Amino acid sequence: MPDANAGANISLPIYLDYQATTPLDPRVLEAMMPYFTGKFGNPHSRSHQFGWDAEEAVEEARRNVAKLIGADEREVIFTSGATESNNLAIKGVAHFYKDRRNEIVTVVTEHKCVLDTCRHLEQEGFKVTYLPVQQNGLVDLDQLRAAVTDKTVIVSVMAVNNEIGVIQPLREIGEIAHAKGAFFHTDAAQATGKIPLDVNGMNIDLMSISGHKIYGPKGVGALYVRRKPRVRLEAMINGGGQERGMRSGTLSPPLCVGLGEACRIASEEMGQDLAHVQQLSTRFYDRITAALPDVFLNGDREQRFPGNLNLSFAYVEGESMIMAIRDLAVSSGSACTSASLEPSYVLRALGVEEEMAHTSIRFGIGRFTTEAEIDYAVDLIISKISKLREMSPLWEMVQEGIDLKSIQWAEH
Amino acid sequence: MAYSDKVVDHYENPRNVGAFDKKDESVGTGLVGAPACGDVMKLQIKVSADGIIEDAKFKTFGCGSAIASSSLVTEWVKGKTLDEAAEIKNTQIAQHLALPPVKIHCSVLAEDAIKAAIADYKAKHTDA
Repeated sequence: MPDANAGANISLPIYLDYQATTPLDPRVLEAMMPYFTGKFGNPHSRSHQFGWDAEEAVEEARRNVAKLIGADEREVIFTSGATESNNLAIKGVAHFYKDRRNEIVTVVTEHKCVLDTCRHLEQEGFKVTYLPVQQNGLVDLDQLRAAVTDKTVIVSVMAVNNEIGVIQPLREIGEIAHAKGAFFHTDAAQATGKIPLDVNGMNIDLMSISGHKIYGPKGVGALYVRRKPRVRLEAMINGGGQERGMRSGTLSPPLCVGLGEACRIASEEMGQDLAHVQQLSTRFYDRITAALPDVFLNGDREQRFPGNLNLSFAYVEGESMIMAIRDLAVSSGSACTSASLEPSYVLRALGVEEEMAHTSIRFGIGRFTTEAEIDYAVDLIISKISKLREMSPLWEMVQEGIDLKSIQWAEH
Repeated sequence: MAYSDKVVDHYENPRNVGAFDKKDESVGTGLVGAPACGDVMKLQIKVSADGIIEDAKFKTFGCGSAIASSSLVTEWVKGKTLDEAAEIKNTQIAQHLALPPVKIHCSVLAEDAIKAAIADYKAKHTDA
């Protein structure tokens, strides 16, 4: 176990994986609790107090979600999470309008649930364009303009990237989609509650939201569906016609209340959350790069959510680094841990070379991260990276002035 | 991924990290793997006049299993003749470290590194 300088305020391991999930805010849990027990009613029961209480709670939650993104409450439907929201937005719209438009435009760095949904629609006969990104991870708007046609039904581009944290130019993307009569969907799982979002100002027609990325519970999310002009979609789940027929099934009041409370808190505290995350992010990055040479930030420096720092530590392999810094709960930019031995497709899309992609780690900073935790993490990283570089034949060769590209490596 | 105790031990306390002078006549150097694949091993053997490997050093860019595999083989080759060292099999390495299937390539690389170091040493002494 680590040494004594951990201090009294740090408990190990330190959670730095806020893109994977966030801890539930205790205030959210408190708001949810009554709806598990005493107020257990079915929000769709219209004939008694239990149902009315549950319905009222769900509708208040819906208002809180809507308020956070500048929407009308009638434009928010609850789902099981962002994966379902992304599926419903893209498949739902594609299926509803398939007789008029059959093209979809998305981006290669989207989350797997968007890419897999698009692949599925391709098999059904839709034409999907997967746009590349620039070296900074951002979409080239001219390429987007060229890809959207009057056959395009939906343009789906995520707001904040889960692996590298870059923020796509949403307003401009929405404008380009609308110019051709296409809808604009954004997967905002990593963005909601973290950066200001406004569905009207940003020309967004559909937006996916996740509960557990914003200090709310897992198993709940939302989909914003614009009413004016109206976006129609074909439901994937049929049944009692709940959620305006777009998503049948009894809502879970505690989960909806949890998402609503998480959104309410985010609405009120976004400014201070963002300032907190920004300060810690800058401290982390500045201290690491001051102490260690050859550390590179993946993705645009400015257009980013600061709570996501994806760093490449040249000449140190990511998985060995994760093992070395076991006191930090982080995720490897490389997918080595998932047995595929392939570096991240997002980093590859940025043109990050494979050897560099193998050295990448994502550090996630959030509402509950403390300065003491950041300092502990920085000290640990500096000492372990230095040790692993001493052990790295690549580092040794570079110090000797050898150009690694001049070596004939035997790919295996 | 859960590592075996032996992998963790070699990773935490790697044996024989370091380098010999590549140009030394008694040293054989093997460099195998590729940065793009996420594994590079450099294994060096120091061979005595009577053909015994008296010392070994390694440096590895790779996951914990790759580091452990190379650390382990530096221990195993010491005291062996070149022919004996050449008989070390990746399966023995994998078995000793209890490597999971996705990490078998680390042991293969370690075997390749021994063979490459021996070949380098022999190439230096073809005239002898």
